[in-house]
Amino acid sequence: MNNKLQLFEGDLPVEQITNTWYDEFRNSNYGAIITFVGVVRDENGIDGLSFDIYEPILNSWFDTWQVKANKQNAIVLMAHSKGDVLNHKSSYIAAVCSPQRRVALELIDEFVEDFKKSAPIWKYDIINGERVYAQDRSTVINGAGILK
Amino acid sequence: MVTIDFLGPINKDSLHVDIKNLNELSEILKQDEVVSSWLGNCAVAVNDMMINTKDIALNDGDKVSLLPPVCGG
Repeated sequence: MNNKLQLFEGDLPVEQITNTWYDEFRNSNYGAIITFVGVVRDENGIDGLSFDIYEPILNSWFDTWQVKANKQNAIVLMAHSKGDVLNHKSSYIAAVCSPQRRVALELIDEFVEDFKKSAPIWKYDIINGERVYAQDRSTVINGAGILK
Repeated sequence: MVTIDFLGPINKDSLHVDIKNLNELSEILKQDEVVSSWLGNCAVAVNDMMINTKDIALNDGDKVSLLPPVCGG
């Protein structure tokens, strides 16, 4: 199992995940560990969000990022939810561990932004118990449309 | 046969079709009432590798996946 990419049914146990990462990697001489925790906002009358994930391509996307980070002596970490996550719970954590602060700050920005536009994950609003595809907030993957 | 998987919000079961390339698949899906409107926004993977050209030969047992617009996090 690739413990640097973890998927969970429902909301993320944030303290458990981040504490485990910290305990595992603080002794690896990384001077900078940056963690980004995404929390579901209460807005537009939703009760929460729900997610579908296509794991084979998520794994290869993540592996490509790991190679990119390793070239800078850094690592990337990620946790994400499958299924339903209610408001004010976490569905996404990304982290970078690096010997250098500047590398970590720049990588976490690029990693999260590329995640948003490339990772094969689909988001739905939960409204009155129904899943409604968040089409207006979704991003077309680069290279889409070849079958049109 | 080639298996076609429709991921995420495309509400359609997998198809099994006898095709030799993605051009043939495109022609089939353009006729599909549910899928045709998704084609302009869907990325494509063959055997879980993302591709960006239709000039791909398909073989018996291959899997083609259609990936609609994404929004993780």
